[in-house]
Amino acid sequence: MNIFQPIGKAFLGFLGAAGRLTLFAVISVSHCVRPPIYPRLIGRQMIEIGYYSLPVVGLTTLFSGMVLALQSYTGFARFSAESAVPNVVVLSMTRELGPVLAGLMVAGRIGAAMAAEIGTMRVTEQIDALTTLSTNPHKYLVAPRLIAGLTMLPLLVLVGDIIGVFGGYLISVYKLGFNPAIYIKNTWQYMESLDVVSGLVKAAVFGFIVALMGCYHGYHSRGGAQGVGAATTNAVVSASILILISNYLITEMFFAK
Amino acid sequence: MTAATNSTPKIRATNLHKRFGRKVVLDGLDLDVAVGESVVVIGGSGTGKSVLLKSILGLMEPEEGSIEIDGQPVIGLSTGDREKINRKFGMLFQGGALFDSLKVWENIAFGLIQGGHTDRAKARDIAYAKLADVGLTPDVGELWPAELSGGMQKRVGLARAIATTPEIIFFDEPTTGLDPIMADVINDLIVKCTRELGATTLSITHDMASARKIADRIAMLYNGKIIWQGPTSQIDSSGNEFVDQFIHGRAEGPIRMEVRAP
Ligand SMILES: Nc1ncnc2c1ncn2[C@@H]1O[C@H](COP(=O)(O)OP(=O)(O)OP(=O)(O)O)[C@@H](O)[C@H]1O
Ligand SMILES: [Mg+2]
Repeated sequence: MNIFQPIGKAFLGFLGAAGRLTLFAVISVSHCVRPPIYPRLIGRQMIEIGYYSLPVVGLTTLFSGMVLALQSYTGFARFSAESAVPNVVVLSMTRELGPVLAGLMVAGRIGAAMAAEIGTMRVTEQIDALTTLSTNPHKYLVAPRLIAGLTMLPLLVLVGDIIGVFGGYLISVYKLGFNPAIYIKNTWQYMESLDVVSGLVKAAVFGFIVALMGCYHGYHSRGGAQGVGAATTNAVVSASILILISNYLITEMFFAK
Repeated sequence: MTAATNSTPKIRATNLHKRFGRKVVLDGLDLDVAVGESVVVIGGSGTGKSVLLKSILGLMEPEEGSIEIDGQPVIGLSTGDREKINRKFGMLFQGGALFDSLKVWENIAFGLIQGGHTDRAKARDIAYAKLADVGLTPDVGELWPAELSGGMQKRVGLARAIATTPEIIFFDEPTTGLDPIMADVINDLIVKCTRELGATTLSITHDMASARKIADRIAMLYNGKIIWQGPTSQIDSSGNEFVDQFIHGRAEGPIRMEVRAP
């Protein structure tokens, strides 16, 4: 009846997993910067991540912007600070909601797809076939996805920010009776470039995390359809958690005084 | 066409040991394949035939022993050196392992484009030529692997394995899951393709008809070791009761299948 034994075992298991993940990340990143690179594959992943995620991210941020305007208006009315609505919308959108919501949506959409695709390739020996055809799977499968995740998520978030602010504008102007010109002026006036930049940095990190977790869990999946299913779940869950943790760390880095 | 015995063997595995946890799969296996020779490894299900191939291909690392390709030790090579060695190889996987995100012709041309840096147009021409070699019509080239039957997938896998004109080709159960006629067609293709290329081949099968057709020499794997090997013509007079039991497919004999009564 030693209770330290299972705790120690779990801890060692965690360290082992963290080590494997780090090694995987280092190898894959080194393949991102060493030739040959595959523009065709990177392009395909960019379209998959950037273009096809637009509707999901657009809808999410649109409605979040609308809710944000509505909530802050009714909340701020208690201490007659309704005029702060444009600032609240643009700050929350660019700093937090844009990157986090886009990151989580893309984790569900892209992280899962990557884990399922690479996992299926693993269990059907396609990854072994790549190796025997003298093609490094890290370079051929993982690197293009990491590059696409890293570059496309900031673009998505930029678009999402604009759509979210627009959602706040719609509600404020057509429902809450704000003057359109003043709303836009206030939005611009109080927004700093650091707000947007910090959000884009977050987006890049989140994009990297999503692609990395999708590839890692897919690459290490085993045992047929069930294993691929487990890999997909793990990819989405771990990417979501890592997104929220790193979100805090990056915020701390940018804004802690 | 057994080559001279004193020249360096194309493939030499010495004293290979491989285990998974407590389960010992390879237990001191020795096997030589001479230049231009076609060796078939037979053995029951789960005896470690695929593990042997994967060890030679560098997809798994044995705990002990050495593997030499053209006299060069290949265990524990760096990724770059391994890629160079792998350029000598062609492999037909047990399950086909075609890339389902690529069209059939792109699958066949893969090794040429990625590994050999042939330009796409030229690789495409070669791919279509190989497609014809394995008896498939050109319109198959534009299909996706998921649209093919099992037999067609095997043939495309064969075309992919030979597309880079490799020096050594591995076949992992090329005929399992096929009807007898298609199996024979595949056997003929293997013989034809390898004779034309002059390649050295190492195949795995438990299909004796296939083994007799494609092998110069047959080796039997049992309990992690090669327990018998000899020219194909001597397989019926091996004098080895394990081999006799296996080739006649008898349940009674020295080989105890690990089947537990409920
Ligand atoms: N990755 C692995 N992890 C754990 N055990 C494995 C692994 N690969 C193979 N084994 C075990 O090694 C043994 C040999 O497997 P292998 O696939 O080589 O069999 P085989 O001789 O090719 O059989 P078959 O003719 O059915 O394909 C099996 O008992 C299997 O359980
Ligand atoms: Mg096998």
